[in-house]
Amino acid sequence: MENQMKLTPPPQSVISTAAVRLESQSVSIFYGEKEAVKNVDVSFKSNTVNALIGPSGCGKTTFLRAINRMHDLTPGARVTGKIMLDGNDLYGDGIDPVDVRRRIGMVFQKPNPFPTMSIYDNVAAGLKLAGERNKQKLDEVVERSLRGGALWDEVKDRLKAPGSSLSGGQQQRLCIARALAVDPEILLMDEPTSALDPQSTSRIEDLMETLKQQVTIVIVTHNMQQASRVSDTTSFFYVGDLVEHGVTSEMFTNPKDKRTEDYITGRFG
Amino acid sequence: MTRTDTMTKSISSGLTRTVSPARRAQNSIMFGLVALGTVIVLIPLALILFQVVYNGLRSINLDFFIKSERDMSMITGGGGVLNAIVGTLLMVAVALVIGLVVGIATGIFLSEYREHPLVGVVRVMSDVLTGIPAIVVGLVIYGLMITTKLPGYSGLAGGVALGLIMIPIIVRATEEVLKLVPTSIREAGLALGLPRWKVTMQIVLPAASTGIITGAILGVARVSGEAAPLLFTSFGNPDLATNLLQPMAALPSAVYSLAFKALTPAQNEQAWAGALVLLTIILISNILARFFSRPRSYRAPKANTAKT
Repeated sequence: MENQMKLTPPPQSVISTAAVRLESQSVSIFYGEKEAVKNVDVSFKSNTVNALIGPSGCGKTTFLRAINRMHDLTPGARVTGKIMLDGNDLYGDGIDPVDVRRRIGMVFQKPNPFPTMSIYDNVAAGLKLAGERNKQKLDEVVERSLRGGALWDEVKDRLKAPGSSLSGGQQQRLCIARALAVDPEILLMDEPTSALDPQSTSRIEDLMETLKQQVTIVIVTHNMQQASRVSDTTSFFYVGDLVEHGVTSEMFTNPKDKRTEDYITGRFG
Repeated sequence: MTRTDTMTKSISSGLTRTVSPARRAQNSIMFGLVALGTVIVLIPLALILFQVVYNGLRSINLDFFIKSERDMSMITGGGGVLNAIVGTLLMVAVALVIGLVVGIATGIFLSEYREHPLVGVVRVMSDVLTGIPAIVVGLVIYGLMITTKLPGYSGLAGGVALGLIMIPIIVRATEEVLKLVPTSIREAGLALGLPRWKVTMQIVLPAASTGIITGAILGVARVSGEAAPLLFTSFGNPDLATNLLQPMAALPSAVYSLAFKALTPAQNEQAWAGALVLLTIILISNILARFFSRPRSYRAPKANTAKT
Protein backbone atom coordinates (compact mmCIF):
# COMPACT_ATOMS: atom_id res chain seq x y z
CA MET A 1 0.00 0.00 0.00
CA GLU A 2 2.88 2.33 0.77
CA ASN A 3 4.10 1.87 -2.69
CA GLN A 4 0.79 2.88 -4.09
CA MET A 5 0.69 6.11 -2.16
CA LYS A 6 3.71 7.28 -4.06
CA LEU A 7 1.76 7.01 -7.25
CA THR A 8 -0.67 9.74 -8.05
CA PRO A 9 -3.98 8.61 -6.60
CA PRO A 10 -6.97 9.37 -8.80
CA PRO A 11 -8.98 12.37 -7.55
CA GLN A 12 -11.84 11.29 -5.35
CA SER A 13 -14.48 12.88 -7.54
CA VAL A 14 -13.97 10.93 -10.75
CA ILE A 15 -13.96 7.23 -10.05
CA SER A 16 -13.87 6.86 -6.33
CA THR A 17 -17.38 5.53 -6.17
CA ALA A 18 -16.41 2.35 -7.99
CA ALA A 19 -14.92 -0.59 -6.15
CA VAL A 20 -11.43 -1.88 -6.85
CA ARG A 21 -11.81 -4.85 -9.14
CA LEU A 22 -8.32 -5.85 -10.06
CA GLU A 23 -5.23 -5.16 -8.04
CA SER A 24 -1.60 -6.11 -8.34
CA GLN A 25 0.62 -6.24 -5.27
CA SER A 26 4.41 -6.22 -5.70
CA VAL A 27 4.14 -8.04 -9.00
CA SER A 28 7.44 -8.91 -10.65
CA ILE A 29 7.63 -10.97 -13.80
CA PHE A 30 10.70 -12.86 -14.94
CA TYR A 31 11.75 -14.51 -18.16
CA GLY A 32 14.39 -16.88 -16.82
CA GLU A 33 16.72 -14.56 -14.93
CA LYS A 34 15.61 -11.40 -16.67
CA GLU A 35 13.16 -9.28 -14.70
CA ALA A 36 10.76 -7.83 -17.27
CA VAL A 37 8.33 -6.20 -14.84
CA LYS A 38 9.55 -4.91 -11.50
CA ASN A 39 7.49 -4.71 -8.36
CA VAL A 40 4.32 -3.24 -9.79
CA ASP A 41 1.47 -2.13 -7.53
CA VAL A 42 -1.59 -0.88 -9.32
CA SER A 43 -5.34 -1.20 -9.02
CA PHE A 44 -8.14 -0.94 -11.53
CA LYS A 45 -11.69 -0.10 -10.56
CA SER A 46 -14.93 -1.60 -11.72
CA ASN A 47 -16.32 -0.43 -15.07
CA THR A 48 -13.33 1.63 -16.11
CA VAL A 49 -11.03 1.58 -19.09
CA ASN A 50 -7.41 1.46 -18.04
CA ALA A 51 -4.61 2.11 -20.48
CA LEU A 52 -1.09 0.74 -20.16
CA ILE A 53 1.34 2.85 -22.15
CA GLY A 54 5.09 2.95 -22.62
CA PRO A 55 7.79 2.36 -25.20
CA SER A 56 8.32 -1.08 -26.78
CA GLY A 57 9.81 -3.66 -24.46
CA CYS A 58 8.79 -1.83 -21.31
CA GLY A 59 6.79 -4.72 -19.91
CA LYS A 60 3.22 -3.57 -20.49
CA THR A 61 2.17 -6.58 -22.59
CA THR A 62 4.07 -8.84 -20.19
CA PHE A 63 2.08 -7.37 -17.33
CA LEU A 64 -1.19 -7.75 -19.25
CA ARG A 65 -0.52 -11.41 -19.98
CA ALA A 66 0.26 -12.05 -16.34
CA ILE A 67 -3.25 -10.93 -15.40
CA ASN A 68 -4.97 -13.87 -17.11
CA ARG A 69 -2.08 -16.26 -16.48
CA MET A 70 -1.15 -16.55 -20.16
CA HIS A 71 2.42 -16.47 -18.87
CA ASP A 72 1.98 -19.96 -17.50
CA LEU A 73 2.36 -21.01 -21.15
CA THR A 74 5.68 -19.28 -21.74
CA PRO A 75 8.55 -21.59 -20.82
CA GLY A 76 10.76 -20.00 -18.17
CA ALA A 77 8.32 -17.23 -17.26
CA ARG A 78 7.71 -16.68 -13.56
CA VAL A 79 5.44 -14.29 -11.68
CA THR A 80 5.96 -13.20 -8.08
CA GLY A 81 3.67 -11.07 -5.94
CA LYS A 82 -0.09 -11.15 -6.01
CA ILE A 83 -2.70 -10.28 -8.61
CA MET A 84 -6.07 -10.00 -6.94
CA LEU A 85 -9.46 -10.23 -8.63
CA ASP A 86 -12.14 -9.10 -6.16
CA GLY A 87 -9.69 -9.83 -3.36
CA ASN A 88 -8.78 -13.37 -4.47
CA ASP A 89 -5.17 -14.03 -5.48
CA LEU A 90 -5.15 -15.36 -9.04
CA TYR A 91 -1.78 -16.99 -8.35
CA GLY A 92 -2.94 -18.55 -5.08
CA ASP A 93 -2.72 -22.25 -4.29
CA GLY A 94 -5.24 -24.42 -6.06
CA ILE A 95 -6.29 -21.72 -8.51
CA ASP A 96 -6.79 -23.23 -11.98
CA PRO A 97 -5.49 -20.92 -14.72
CA VAL A 98 -8.32 -22.18 -16.91
CA ASP A 99 -10.85 -20.66 -14.48
CA VAL A 100 -8.87 -17.43 -14.34
CA ARG A 101 -8.97 -17.13 -18.14
CA ARG A 102 -12.68 -17.82 -18.16
CA ARG A 103 -13.24 -14.80 -15.92
CA ILE A 104 -10.64 -12.60 -17.60
CA GLY A 105 -11.07 -12.44 -21.36
CA MET A 106 -8.45 -11.32 -23.84
CA VAL A 107 -8.35 -9.67 -27.26
CA PHE A 108 -5.09 -9.90 -29.13
CA GLN A 109 -3.05 -7.58 -31.29
CA LYS A 110 -3.89 -9.33 -34.53
CA PRO A 111 -7.43 -10.59 -35.13
CA ASN A 112 -7.31 -14.37 -34.66
CA PRO A 113 -10.69 -15.94 -35.43
CA PHE A 114 -10.71 -19.74 -35.41
CA PRO A 115 -10.01 -20.58 -39.05
CA THR A 116 -12.27 -23.60 -39.45
CA MET A 117 -15.29 -22.06 -37.78
CA SER A 118 -18.22 -19.97 -38.96
CA ILE A 119 -18.96 -16.55 -37.49
CA TYR A 120 -21.58 -18.16 -35.27
CA ASP A 121 -19.27 -20.95 -34.10
CA ASN A 122 -16.44 -18.53 -33.41
CA VAL A 123 -18.62 -16.61 -30.99
CA ALA A 124 -20.19 -19.74 -29.52
CA ALA A 125 -16.84 -21.58 -29.22
CA GLY A 126 -16.13 -20.66 -25.60
CA LEU A 127 -19.49 -22.02 -24.44
CA LYS A 128 -19.86 -24.86 -26.92
CA LEU A 129 -16.48 -26.38 -26.23
CA ALA A 130 -17.11 -26.05 -22.51
CA GLY A 131 -20.13 -28.30 -23.00
CA GLU A 132 -23.09 -25.96 -23.55
CA ARG A 133 -25.55 -27.79 -25.82
CA ASN A 134 -28.72 -25.72 -25.47
CA LYS A 135 -29.25 -24.29 -28.96
CA GLN A 136 -31.60 -21.58 -27.78
CA LYS A 137 -29.16 -20.36 -25.16
CA LEU A 138 -26.30 -20.41 -27.66
CA ASP A 139 -28.38 -18.40 -30.14
CA GLU A 140 -29.10 -15.82 -27.47
CA VAL A 141 -25.50 -15.55 -26.36
CA VAL A 142 -24.24 -15.26 -29.94
CA GLU A 143 -26.66 -12.45 -30.73
CA ARG A 144 -25.97 -10.63 -27.47
CA SER A 145 -22.21 -10.95 -27.89
CA LEU A 146 -22.24 -9.86 -31.53
CA ARG A 147 -24.36 -6.86 -30.55
CA GLY A 148 -21.87 -6.25 -27.75
CA GLY A 149 -19.09 -6.35 -30.31
CA ALA A 150 -21.03 -3.95 -32.59
CA LEU A 151 -20.97 -6.54 -35.37
CA TRP A 152 -24.50 -7.96 -35.29
CA ASP A 153 -26.02 -5.74 -37.98
CA GLU A 154 -23.23 -6.52 -40.41
CA VAL A 155 -23.27 -10.29 -40.03
CA LYS A 156 -26.75 -11.29 -38.89
CA ASP A 157 -27.63 -12.57 -42.36
CA ARG A 158 -24.50 -14.66 -42.78
CA LEU A 159 -23.77 -16.21 -39.42
CA LYS A 160 -22.80 -19.45 -41.18
CA ALA A 161 -20.10 -17.77 -43.26
CA PRO A 162 -16.49 -18.49 -42.25
CA GLY A 163 -15.08 -16.11 -39.66
CA SER A 164 -12.08 -15.56 -41.90
CA SER A 165 -14.32 -14.10 -44.63
CA LEU A 166 -14.72 -10.88 -42.66
CA SER A 167 -12.52 -7.80 -43.05
CA GLY A 168 -9.72 -7.17 -40.55
CA GLY A 169 -11.73 -4.69 -38.50
CA GLN A 170 -14.76 -6.97 -38.48
CA GLN A 171 -12.58 -9.92 -37.48
CA GLN A 172 -11.29 -7.97 -34.50
CA ARG A 173 -14.85 -7.12 -33.45
CA LEU A 174 -15.65 -10.82 -33.90
CA CYS A 175 -12.80 -11.61 -31.52
CA ILE A 176 -14.21 -9.11 -29.04
CA ALA A 177 -17.64 -10.73 -29.35
CA ARG A 178 -16.03 -14.15 -28.87
CA ALA A 179 -14.36 -12.96 -25.69
CA LEU A 180 -17.63 -11.39 -24.44
CA ALA A 181 -19.59 -14.60 -25.04
CA VAL A 182 -18.12 -16.33 -22.00
CA ASP A 183 -19.23 -13.35 -19.92
CA PRO A 184 -15.87 -12.25 -18.52
CA GLU A 185 -15.50 -9.78 -15.67
CA ILE A 186 -12.30 -8.26 -17.01
CA LEU A 187 -11.38 -7.75 -20.65
CA LEU A 188 -7.70 -7.47 -21.51
CA MET A 189 -6.86 -5.88 -24.86
CA ASP A 190 -3.35 -6.09 -26.24
CA GLU A 191 -3.01 -3.27 -28.81
CA PRO A 192 -6.36 -4.30 -30.31
CA THR A 193 -6.33 -1.69 -33.05
CA SER A 194 -2.69 -1.65 -34.08
CA ALA A 195 -3.39 -3.82 -37.13
CA LEU A 196 -6.50 -1.87 -38.17
CA ASP A 197 -7.37 1.10 -40.32
CA PRO A 198 -8.49 4.40 -38.68
CA GLN A 199 -12.18 3.78 -39.29
CA SER A 200 -12.15 0.33 -37.68
CA THR A 201 -10.02 1.75 -34.88
CA SER A 202 -12.56 4.42 -34.12
CA ARG A 203 -15.39 1.85 -34.11
CA ILE A 204 -13.54 -0.24 -31.57
CA GLU A 205 -12.75 2.81 -29.45
CA ASP A 206 -16.44 3.74 -29.42
CA LEU A 207 -17.20 0.16 -28.50
CA MET A 208 -14.98 0.29 -25.42
CA GLU A 209 -17.05 3.15 -24.08
CA THR A 210 -20.14 0.90 -24.18
CA LEU A 211 -18.34 -2.22 -23.04
CA LYS A 212 -17.19 -0.72 -19.81
CA GLN A 213 -20.80 -0.81 -18.63
CA GLN A 214 -20.37 -4.56 -18.24
CA VAL A 215 -16.64 -5.22 -17.92
CA THR A 216 -13.49 -3.64 -16.61
CA ILE A 217 -11.08 -3.07 -19.49
CA VAL A 218 -7.29 -3.05 -19.39
CA ILE A 219 -5.81 -2.02 -22.72
CA VAL A 220 -2.22 -1.91 -23.89
CA THR A 221 -1.70 0.77 -26.51
CA HIS A 222 1.15 2.42 -28.32
CA ASN A 223 -1.12 5.18 -29.41
CA MET A 224 -1.12 8.12 -26.98
CA GLN A 225 -4.19 9.70 -28.56
CA GLN A 226 -6.02 6.44 -28.14
CA ALA A 227 -5.08 6.26 -24.47
CA SER A 228 -6.30 9.79 -23.90
CA ARG A 229 -9.50 9.20 -25.89
CA VAL A 230 -10.68 5.94 -24.35
CA SER A 231 -9.19 5.47 -20.92
CA ASP A 232 -10.18 6.57 -17.44
CA THR A 233 -6.79 5.81 -15.93
CA THR A 234 -3.37 5.47 -17.50
CA SER A 235 -0.32 3.59 -16.30
CA PHE A 236 3.04 4.51 -17.77
CA PHE A 237 5.60 1.71 -17.87
CA TYR A 238 9.27 2.29 -18.52
CA VAL A 239 11.90 -0.50 -18.60
CA GLY A 240 9.85 -2.73 -16.37
CA ASP A 241 8.89 -0.07 -13.83
CA LEU A 242 5.47 1.41 -13.37
CA VAL A 243 6.54 5.03 -13.44
CA GLU A 244 3.22 6.71 -13.03
CA HIS A 245 -0.41 5.73 -12.66
CA GLY A 246 -3.30 8.12 -12.52
CA VAL A 247 -6.44 9.55 -14.00
CA THR A 248 -5.86 9.92 -17.71
CA SER A 249 -6.94 13.54 -18.10
CA GLU A 250 -4.64 14.59 -15.27
CA MET A 251 -1.73 12.53 -16.41
CA PHE A 252 -1.84 13.90 -19.92
CA THR A 253 -2.17 17.50 -18.85
CA ASN A 254 -0.04 17.45 -15.74
CA PRO A 255 2.35 14.48 -15.56
CA LYS A 256 4.20 14.14 -12.26
CA ASP A 257 7.26 12.39 -13.58
CA LYS A 258 9.73 13.84 -16.06
CA ARG A 259 9.91 10.53 -17.99
CA THR A 260 6.13 10.44 -18.37
CA GLU A 261 6.12 13.96 -19.68
CA ASP A 262 8.90 13.20 -22.15
CA TYR A 263 7.08 10.12 -23.38
CA ILE A 264 3.62 11.55 -23.80
CA THR A 265 4.93 14.65 -25.48
CA GLY A 266 6.74 12.44 -27.94
CA ARG A 267 10.30 13.20 -26.91
CA PHE A 268 11.16 9.48 -26.90
CA GLY A 269 9.57 6.06 -27.35
CA MET B 1 26.32 16.18 -74.99
CA THR B 2 24.83 16.82 -71.55
CA ARG B 3 25.12 14.36 -68.73
CA THR B 4 21.44 13.47 -68.84
CA ASP B 5 21.66 12.67 -72.52
CA THR B 6 24.52 10.27 -71.93
CA MET B 7 22.64 8.54 -69.16
CA THR B 8 19.50 8.17 -71.20
CA LYS B 9 21.45 6.77 -74.07
CA SER B 10 23.36 4.23 -72.00
CA ILE B 11 20.18 3.07 -70.28
CA SER B 12 18.25 2.65 -73.49
CA SER B 13 21.13 0.90 -75.20
CA GLY B 14 21.41 -1.41 -72.19
CA LEU B 15 17.78 -2.33 -72.54
CA THR B 16 17.78 -2.97 -76.26
CA ARG B 17 21.18 -4.65 -76.53
CA THR B 18 20.79 -8.21 -77.72
CA VAL B 19 22.03 -11.13 -75.60
CA SER B 20 25.40 -12.37 -76.80
CA PRO B 21 25.35 -15.60 -78.86
CA ALA B 22 27.53 -17.35 -76.27
CA ARG B 23 25.05 -16.69 -73.50
CA ARG B 24 22.21 -17.70 -75.76
CA ALA B 25 23.93 -21.01 -76.49
CA GLN B 26 24.67 -21.61 -72.83
CA ASN B 27 21.03 -21.01 -71.98
CA SER B 28 19.87 -23.46 -74.65
CA ILE B 29 22.27 -26.17 -73.48
CA MET B 30 21.18 -25.86 -69.85
CA PHE B 31 17.53 -25.88 -70.83
CA GLY B 32 18.16 -28.96 -72.98
CA LEU B 33 19.78 -30.79 -70.04
CA VAL B 34 16.91 -29.99 -67.74
CA ALA B 35 14.38 -31.13 -70.32
CA LEU B 36 16.34 -34.33 -70.92
CA GLY B 37 16.38 -35.09 -67.19
CA THR B 38 12.65 -34.61 -67.00
CA VAL B 39 12.08 -36.98 -69.93
CA ILE B 40 14.34 -39.62 -68.37
CA VAL B 41 12.28 -39.48 -65.19
CA LEU B 42 9.03 -39.76 -67.08
CA ILE B 43 10.10 -42.74 -69.24
CA PRO B 44 9.97 -45.41 -66.50
CA LEU B 45 6.61 -44.08 -65.30
CA ALA B 46 5.21 -44.18 -68.83
CA LEU B 47 6.61 -47.68 -69.38
CA ILE B 48 5.07 -48.97 -66.16
CA LEU B 49 1.70 -47.41 -66.88
CA PHE B 50 1.69 -48.64 -70.49
CA GLN B 51 2.77 -52.21 -69.65
CA VAL B 52 0.34 -52.60 -66.77
CA VAL B 53 -2.62 -51.02 -68.51
CA TYR B 54 -2.01 -52.77 -71.84
CA ASN B 55 -1.43 -56.23 -70.38
CA GLY B 56 -3.90 -55.80 -67.57
CA LEU B 57 -6.82 -54.77 -69.73
CA ARG B 58 -6.39 -57.89 -71.93
CA SER B 59 -7.26 -60.31 -69.17
CA ILE B 60 -9.46 -58.22 -66.97
CA ASN B 61 -13.14 -59.16 -66.96
CA LEU B 62 -16.11 -59.24 -64.64
CA ASP B 63 -15.11 -62.63 -63.21
CA PHE B 64 -11.88 -61.07 -62.12
CA PHE B 65 -13.79 -58.95 -59.61
CA ILE B 66 -16.45 -61.41 -58.45
CA LYS B 67 -14.53 -64.68 -58.24
CA SER B 68 -11.66 -65.77 -56.05
CA GLU B 69 -8.31 -67.42 -56.71
CA ARG B 70 -9.86 -70.75 -55.68
CA ASP B 71 -11.83 -70.70 -58.94
CA MET B 72 -8.74 -70.36 -61.08
CA SER B 73 -7.79 -73.21 -63.30
CA MET B 74 -4.14 -74.03 -63.75
CA ILE B 75 -4.73 -74.55 -67.44
CA THR B 76 -7.29 -71.99 -68.56
CA GLY B 77 -6.97 -69.29 -65.98
CA GLY B 78 -10.39 -67.97 -65.07
CA GLY B 79 -11.46 -67.10 -61.56
CA GLY B 80 -10.54 -63.77 -60.06
CA VAL B 81 -8.94 -61.89 -57.23
CA LEU B 82 -11.99 -60.83 -55.22
CA ASN B 83 -10.40 -62.50 -52.19
CA ALA B 84 -7.27 -60.39 -52.60
CA ILE B 85 -9.15 -57.12 -53.24
CA VAL B 86 -11.34 -57.63 -50.17
CA GLY B 87 -8.31 -58.76 -48.14
CA THR B 88 -6.29 -55.71 -49.09
CA LEU B 89 -9.18 -53.34 -48.32
CA LEU B 90 -9.85 -54.95 -44.93
CA MET B 91 -6.22 -55.06 -43.87
CA VAL B 92 -5.58 -51.50 -45.04
CA ALA B 93 -8.67 -50.44 -43.05
CA VAL B 94 -7.20 -52.07 -39.91
CA ALA B 95 -3.87 -50.39 -40.66
CA LEU B 96 -5.60 -47.04 -41.15
CA VAL B 97 -7.34 -47.24 -37.77
CA ILE B 98 -4.05 -48.10 -36.02
CA GLY B 99 -2.08 -45.55 -38.03
CA LEU B 100 -4.56 -42.72 -37.42
CA VAL B 101 -5.02 -43.31 -33.70
CA VAL B 102 -1.35 -43.85 -32.83
CA GLY B 103 -0.01 -41.52 -35.52
CA ILE B 104 -2.20 -38.52 -34.69
CA ALA B 105 -1.67 -38.97 -30.95
CA THR B 106 2.10 -39.09 -31.43
CA GLY B 107 2.04 -36.17 -33.86
CA ILE B 108 0.10 -34.10 -31.31
CA PHE B 109 2.62 -35.05 -28.63
CA LEU B 110 5.56 -34.00 -30.79
CA SER B 111 4.02 -30.71 -31.88
CA GLU B 112 1.97 -29.54 -28.90
CA TYR B 113 4.14 -30.71 -26.01
CA ARG B 114 7.49 -29.62 -27.37
CA GLU B 115 8.81 -28.86 -23.90
CA HIS B 116 8.38 -32.48 -22.81
CA PRO B 117 11.73 -34.26 -22.23
CA LEU B 118 10.70 -37.34 -24.22
CA VAL B 119 9.91 -35.47 -27.43
CA GLY B 120 13.41 -35.87 -28.86
CA VAL B 121 13.49 -39.61 -28.20
CA VAL B 122 10.04 -40.17 -29.66
CA ARG B 123 10.87 -38.22 -32.81
CA VAL B 124 14.05 -40.24 -33.40
CA MET B 125 12.19 -43.50 -32.83
CA SER B 126 9.47 -42.46 -35.26
CA ASP B 127 12.12 -41.63 -37.86
CA VAL B 128 13.82 -44.98 -37.27
CA LEU B 129 10.47 -46.73 -37.71
CA THR B 130 10.20 -45.04 -41.13
CA GLY B 131 13.44 -46.65 -42.19
CA ILE B 132 12.80 -50.19 -40.93
CA PRO B 133 12.39 -52.58 -43.89
CA ALA B 134 8.82 -53.82 -44.26
CA ILE B 135 9.95 -57.44 -44.09
CA VAL B 136 11.40 -56.81 -40.61
CA VAL B 137 8.08 -55.34 -39.48
CA GLY B 138 6.45 -58.52 -40.77
CA LEU B 139 8.93 -60.66 -38.80
CA VAL B 140 8.22 -58.74 -35.59
CA ILE B 141 4.49 -59.29 -35.98
CA TYR B 142 5.20 -62.93 -36.81
CA GLY B 143 6.96 -63.20 -33.46
CA LEU B 144 4.30 -61.28 -31.58
CA MET B 145 1.06 -62.56 -33.12
CA ILE B 146 1.71 -65.71 -35.15
CA THR B 147 4.03 -67.87 -33.05
CA THR B 148 2.00 -66.96 -29.97
CA LYS B 149 -1.24 -67.90 -31.78
CA LEU B 150 -2.64 -64.50 -30.85
CA PRO B 151 -4.41 -65.00 -33.18
CA GLY B 152 -2.05 -66.76 -35.60
CA TYR B 153 -2.01 -66.21 -39.39
CA SER B 154 -4.78 -63.69 -39.93
CA GLY B 155 -5.91 -60.52 -41.63
CA LEU B 156 -5.67 -58.84 -38.25
CA ALA B 157 -1.95 -59.62 -37.97
CA GLY B 158 -1.43 -58.36 -41.54
CA GLY B 159 -3.34 -55.18 -40.74
CA VAL B 160 -1.25 -54.56 -37.63
CA ALA B 161 1.96 -55.01 -39.64
CA LEU B 162 0.74 -52.52 -42.25
CA GLY B 163 -0.37 -50.20 -39.45
CA LEU B 164 3.15 -50.15 -38.01
CA ILE B 165 4.45 -49.08 -41.40
CA MET B 166 1.79 -46.38 -41.67
CA ILE B 167 2.34 -44.89 -38.20
CA PRO B 168 5.51 -42.87 -38.89
CA ILE B 169 4.03 -41.47 -42.12
CA ILE B 170 1.01 -40.11 -40.25
CA VAL B 171 3.15 -38.96 -37.30
CA ARG B 172 5.30 -36.87 -39.59
CA ALA B 173 2.34 -35.43 -41.52
CA THR B 174 0.47 -34.57 -38.30
CA GLU B 175 3.47 -32.95 -36.64
CA GLU B 176 4.38 -30.85 -39.65
CA VAL B 177 0.86 -29.61 -40.29
CA LEU B 178 0.17 -28.87 -36.61
CA LYS B 179 3.28 -26.72 -36.54
CA LEU B 180 1.74 -24.62 -39.33
CA VAL B 181 -1.25 -23.70 -37.16
CA PRO B 182 -0.41 -20.25 -35.77
CA THR B 183 0.26 -19.90 -32.03
CA SER B 184 -2.28 -17.06 -31.95
CA ILE B 185 -5.07 -19.59 -32.60
CA ARG B 186 -4.01 -21.67 -29.60
CA GLU B 187 -3.77 -18.56 -27.44
CA ALA B 188 -7.22 -17.42 -28.54
CA GLY B 189 -8.66 -20.75 -27.40
CA LEU B 190 -6.80 -20.78 -24.10
CA ALA B 191 -7.79 -17.17 -23.40
CA LEU B 192 -11.45 -18.25 -23.60
CA GLY B 193 -10.84 -20.40 -20.55
CA LEU B 194 -10.73 -23.69 -22.42
CA PRO B 195 -8.45 -26.46 -21.17
CA ARG B 196 -5.44 -27.23 -23.34
CA TRP B 197 -6.62 -30.64 -24.54
CA LYS B 198 -9.90 -29.15 -25.76
CA VAL B 199 -8.08 -26.40 -27.61
CA THR B 200 -5.85 -29.03 -29.21
CA MET B 201 -8.61 -31.47 -30.12
CA GLN B 202 -11.36 -29.09 -31.18
CA ILE B 203 -9.60 -26.00 -32.50
CA VAL B 204 -6.02 -26.83 -33.52
CA LEU B 205 -6.61 -30.34 -34.90
CA PRO B 206 -9.56 -29.33 -37.14
CA ALA B 207 -7.45 -26.48 -38.51
CA ALA B 208 -4.85 -29.08 -39.48
CA SER B 209 -7.29 -31.74 -40.69
CA THR B 210 -6.69 -31.44 -44.42
CA GLY B 211 -2.97 -32.03 -43.97
CA ILE B 212 -3.57 -35.03 -41.73
CA ILE B 213 -6.04 -36.52 -44.23
CA THR B 214 -3.47 -36.08 -46.97
CA GLY B 215 -0.86 -37.84 -44.87
CA ALA B 216 -3.25 -40.68 -44.11
CA ILE B 217 -4.12 -41.20 -47.78
CA LEU B 218 -0.47 -41.24 -48.77
CA GLY B 219 0.05 -43.79 -46.02
CA VAL B 220 -2.76 -45.91 -47.47
CA ALA B 221 -1.17 -45.68 -50.92
CA ARG B 222 2.15 -46.76 -49.47
CA VAL B 223 0.99 -49.79 -47.48
CA SER B 224 -1.55 -51.12 -49.97
CA GLY B 225 1.37 -51.97 -52.24
CA GLU B 226 3.31 -53.85 -49.55
CA ALA B 227 3.66 -57.60 -50.00
CA ALA B 228 6.63 -58.38 -47.74
CA PRO B 229 5.09 -57.77 -44.31
CA LEU B 230 2.06 -59.88 -45.24
CA LEU B 231 3.96 -63.03 -46.28
CA PHE B 232 4.12 -64.46 -42.79
CA THR B 233 1.35 -62.50 -41.10
CA SER B 234 -1.80 -62.69 -43.19
CA PHE B 235 -0.31 -65.62 -45.10
CA GLY B 236 -2.74 -65.61 -48.00
CA ASN B 237 -6.02 -67.39 -48.69
CA PRO B 238 -7.40 -68.60 -52.01
CA ASP B 239 -10.95 -68.19 -50.70
CA LEU B 240 -12.82 -65.02 -49.95
CA ALA B 241 -12.36 -64.29 -46.25
CA THR B 242 -14.03 -61.47 -44.37
CA ASN B 243 -13.20 -62.67 -40.87
CA LEU B 244 -10.15 -60.77 -39.69
CA LEU B 245 -9.10 -63.74 -37.57
CA GLN B 246 -8.66 -65.94 -40.65
CA PRO B 247 -5.74 -65.90 -43.09
CA MET B 248 -6.33 -63.39 -45.85
CA ALA B 249 -5.10 -62.72 -49.35
CA ALA B 250 -3.78 -59.37 -50.50
CA LEU B 251 -3.35 -57.89 -53.96
CA PRO B 252 0.45 -57.56 -53.98
CA SER B 253 0.93 -61.16 -52.86
CA ALA B 254 -1.70 -62.33 -55.34
CA VAL B 255 0.22 -60.62 -58.13
CA TYR B 256 3.37 -62.32 -56.89
CA SER B 257 1.90 -65.81 -56.86
CA LEU B 258 0.10 -65.35 -60.18
CA ALA B 259 3.26 -64.15 -61.83
CA PHE B 260 5.81 -66.61 -60.45
CA LYS B 261 3.81 -69.73 -59.71
CA ALA B 262 1.85 -69.55 -62.95
CA LEU B 263 1.77 -72.74 -64.97
CA THR B 264 0.14 -71.21 -68.02
CA PRO B 265 0.29 -67.90 -69.86
CA ALA B 266 -3.39 -67.44 -68.98
CA GLN B 267 -2.54 -67.25 -65.30
CA ASN B 268 0.45 -65.09 -65.97
CA GLU B 269 -1.76 -62.56 -67.69
CA GLN B 270 -3.94 -62.40 -64.62
CA ALA B 271 -0.95 -61.14 -62.69
CA TRP B 272 -1.03 -58.10 -64.96
CA ALA B 273 -4.70 -57.62 -64.28
CA GLY B 274 -4.02 -57.80 -60.55
CA ALA B 275 -1.26 -55.24 -60.95
CA LEU B 276 -3.68 -52.98 -62.81
CA VAL B 277 -6.23 -53.16 -59.99
CA LEU B 278 -3.52 -52.40 -57.42
CA LEU B 279 -2.18 -49.51 -59.45
CA THR B 280 -5.68 -48.09 -59.83
CA ILE B 281 -6.28 -48.20 -56.07
CA ILE B 282 -2.99 -46.40 -55.43
CA LEU B 283 -3.65 -43.82 -58.16
CA ILE B 284 -7.09 -43.09 -56.75
CA SER B 285 -5.54 -42.65 -53.27
CA ASN B 286 -3.01 -40.20 -54.61
CA ILE B 287 -5.62 -38.23 -56.51
CA LEU B 288 -7.76 -38.09 -53.36
CA ALA B 289 -4.75 -36.84 -51.41
CA ARG B 290 -4.24 -34.08 -53.96
CA PHE B 291 -7.93 -33.24 -53.82
CA PHE B 292 -7.86 -32.84 -50.04
CA SER B 293 -4.62 -30.89 -49.93
CA ARG B 294 -5.63 -28.33 -52.55
CA PRO B 295 -6.06 -24.76 -51.32
CA ARG B 296 -9.59 -24.40 -50.05
CA SER B 297 -10.37 -20.72 -49.85
CA TYR B 298 -9.57 -19.79 -53.40
CA ARG B 299 -9.06 -21.40 -56.78
CA ALA B 300 -5.41 -21.45 -57.72
CA PRO B 301 -4.89 -19.01 -60.58
CA LYS B 302 -3.84 -20.55 -63.85
CA ALA B 303 -0.10 -20.44 -64.24
CA ASN B 304 1.07 -17.92 -66.77
CA THR B 305 2.69 -19.78 -69.60
CA ALA B 306 5.79 -17.80 -70.37
CA LYS B 307 6.71 -18.06 -74.02
CA THR B 308 10.46 -17.75 -73.93
